Amino acid sequence: MIRFIAVRILRAAITILAVVTFAFVVLRMSGDPAQVMLGPDTPQESVDAFRRAWGLDQPLWIQYLAYIKSIFTGDFGVSMRDKASALDLVLQRVPATLQLTVPALFLKLMIGIPAGVYAALHRQSFTDRGVILLAVFGFTIPSFVMGLLLVLIFAVILGVLPSGGQDTWMHGILPTLTMSIGGIGILARFSRSAMIEVMGQPYIRTASAKGLKWRDVVWSHALPNAAVPIVTIVGFMVGSLIAGAVVVESIFSWPGIGRLLVVSVSNRDLAVVQCILLIIAAAMVVSNLAVDLLYGWLDPRLRSVASH
Amino acid sequence: MTALIEASDLVRIYQIRRGLFGRPHPVRAVDEISLAVNPGETLGIVGESGSGKSTLGRMLLGIDTAQGGEVRFEGKPMPPLRTPEWRALRAKMQLIYQDPLAALDRRLTIAAQVGEPLEIHKIIPKQHQAARVAELMAAVGLRPDQAEHYPHELSGGQRQRAVIARALAARPKLLVCDEPVSALDVSIQAQVVNMLRDLQAENGIAMVFISHDLKVVRNIADRVAVMYLGRIVEEASSDVIFQSPQHPYTKALVSSVPVPGKRLEGRVILQGEPPNPASRPPGCAFHPRCPLARDICRALVPELRQIGDGRTAACHVVTGETAAIAA
Amino acid sequence: MASIDLSGTLRAPRWYAVFITRLRRNLPFTVGLGILWLFAMVAVAIFADQIRPYNITAMDLTSRLSHPGGSKHLLGTDELGRDVLSRLIQSIRVSLVIAFGATIISAVFGTVLGFAAAQFRGFVEHLVLVLADFQAALPFLIMSLAVLAFFGSSMVLLVCLMGFYGWERYARIARGLAISAGAQGYAASVVQLGATPARVYFRHILPNVASTLIVSMTLTFPEIILMESGLSFLGLGVQPPETSLGNMVGFGREYLTRAPWIMLAPSIVIMLTTLSISIVGDWLRDRLDPTIS
Repeated sequence: MIRFIAVRILRAAITILAVVTFAFVVLRMSGDPAQVMLGPDTPQESVDAFRRAWGLDQPLWIQYLAYIKSIFTGDFGVSMRDKASALDLVLQRVPATLQLTVPALFLKLMIGIPAGVYAALHRQSFTDRGVILLAVFGFTIPSFVMGLLLVLIFAVILGVLPSGGQDTWMHGILPTLTMSIGGIGILARFSRSAMIEVMGQPYIRTASAKGLKWRDVVWSHALPNAAVPIVTIVGFMVGSLIAGAVVVESIFSWPGIGRLLVVSVSNRDLAVVQCILLIIAAAMVVSNLAVDLLYGWLDPRLRSVASH
Repeated sequence: MTALIEASDLVRIYQIRRGLFGRPHPVRAVDEISLAVNPGETLGIVGESGSGKSTLGRMLLGIDTAQGGEVRFEGKPMPPLRTPEWRALRAKMQLIYQDPLAALDRRLTIAAQVGEPLEIHKIIPKQHQAARVAELMAAVGLRPDQAEHYPHELSGGQRQRAVIARALAARPKLLVCDEPVSALDVSIQAQVVNMLRDLQAENGIAMVFISHDLKVVRNIADRVAVMYLGRIVEEASSDVIFQSPQHPYTKALVSSVPVPGKRLEGRVILQGEPPNPASRPPGCAFHPRCPLARDICRALVPELRQIGDGRTAACHVVTGETAAIAA
Repeated sequence: MASIDLSGTLRAPRWYAVFITRLRRNLPFTVGLGILWLFAMVAVAIFADQIRPYNITAMDLTSRLSHPGGSKHLLGTDELGRDVLSRLIQSIRVSLVIAFGATIISAVFGTVLGFAAAQFRGFVEHLVLVLADFQAALPFLIMSLAVLAFFGSSMVLLVCLMGFYGWERYARIARGLAISAGAQGYAASVVQLGATPARVYFRHILPNVASTLIVSMTLTFPEIILMESGLSFLGLGVQPPETSLGNMVGFGREYLTRAPWIMLAPSIVIMLTTLSISIVGDWLRDRLDPTIS
């Protein structure tokens, strides 16, 4: 078990390092930072002075090490637009994003999983067909279309909900809905197929053949086993709590991380983009790690597989 | 007569981890085995599951690499796995698997698969390939119309015939058959074994025939080696070993085979747990189940040594033909 | 399908049994519709130049934001008086070309890396797995945004970027299947015949795993369409004067209240296309590979 955890943590660390390296490489490939920062008309002496000051005259690998050092000491650079610490700018926006994504995640779990499990237990029924159909619609409609349709219906035609901004809790309804619908579809479909697969297993037949109550078979035999694949998807959703709001925040002018990212990309505010990139990657890696560990707990077989 | 293939002191160790917190500990699947097979000869290898007989077969072919000892084929050492030399050598030695369905590609026709060794080793010109494939299929008793069939359209016995035809395509000098008939119906087993024996005699192929089934081995082998937990415990010619088994384990095995027209007499029933390679008893590995076990058996691993004419056995108690066996 | 006999005892009402059998018989009908729609989309993409009534930049200033259904402009016009239908046709072509190109790039790239990992094991395998982890750790939209921020948007970059979408899935599948095929069974037996790795992979393993990879492609294809349209919607994908489906939705959004058709037309095309691929892909999956659910 210790070895299993160690391997997972090592892989997570390597992934983070890969993301940092990716950011460094892309940053260096995209152009000379001195030129970018100072503009094309700067005299050569000041460019040289700038390079010396920032260590840009050093060999690339020293720059790389310095870069890694600065990242791990929490120095993500300064936003070119606001002249403020990029990290502070990004952290300021986190609560706003979580205000949308956490309720949305709650909706996804509370509706998606029960709907999928119910459909699986009543296969071929009317409800099953309905759940499948809605699920398919739920995730084939892109979030920006869904968002605009909801705005069209509730804000433009009915006029009952605001179409953008963050002033009252009413403003949060449409973005949260937009974000959850797709996830509900995915979770419902996934839980359904996981559950159907488990229900076909011999141990379920054994359990019901030996006279267990149907309810007990489902609750104590089927659900725990179906949980293993579902956990993966949920882990992914938790990991994207910060990342998942890019499009939706842009539609509803919600001042979260996603909107900041889109604006910074348009302005090519590299320090901010890079900071968001790393924070999102860290969130994903940590939740993936958690899922892996949870997996090991839910399914003992995986532990031995992983340690080979 | 020089041996076609010769193995000396072969060792194969697997690392097995027991439980979650267990540290890896070595399991000696094949433990210092030496043997030789002459051209045209059939060596039967007999043992229970877990005795290491399949691993031994794969090591003879160079598919599993030895951790100790070496295999020499036609006097030359086995080239390393997956090198061009190793691949070229495949034309001379072939493996026949237990499960023919798994050994065949389900998306290619029988004819395409039987002809594959010809293409791989560029043995005959392309335009003669179809004729050679037809010849091979006829030799193993497949109908010409089955050439265009896919593996799942054939019966188990027919699939194994196809696998055998493919193995013979490059005219190998050595066939290793790993339980080739145990997945087949009993009624078909004899047909396939007889066919193998005929093909071997016609083509002068040497064969290593691995099986847990003594009846089958008796039918086909010239010489038999009995394995127990990674070691050979007795080796002798087929007639000798079946008529007068010496090692207590061989005795037990042989006594359990019914002989037509005879009652099962003096049957030795093995006591104790079946062998587990992961927890190998000290001394003679067989001692916990052996009716003759003495103190020395619990302490010292018996060496394989000559007892009598053309027979070797690894037992402290059995000393030779004169030894009185008080069982 | 054992679960059916099992649950048969608890599924009580049978009054809708007739309805279900009818639905089932109708299921291939929806698949047929899906296939028909996809063919239509491909045809539109191929013959875009021939069937487009106007040039996509041709402005008809006398009839700006005109409603759909008019004799001149079937789907209406946008704020500059450009014909929505013509722009839609061009957008379908651009979006499909990007998605096709990217799907193929990512499938080839991922499969080759997966096979390489299976063949060489050791360091190569670890490297591929680390790269796959990396790809899985970074939401693709975020990574694309970062790359576009650093390099600026261009068509070539966009296709290459989309070509990285989902490669790790193919790599994982290809590696897993190749390893299991090599450990026992047909691949091991062909290796044992003396075949070279190239022969083992291309003649034996690839045909055997192709169905699974194709199913994977039917999953990535709509996702790439959504990804590209999402980026274009945010104004960071396909750049004007070129147009794509997401791009049209993005610009149409400004006129949501006054001219919703600008945004609705491409939205409906996106929805129907991804829906069709989803339905056809599911059907294909059942046909090609009953082992994966």
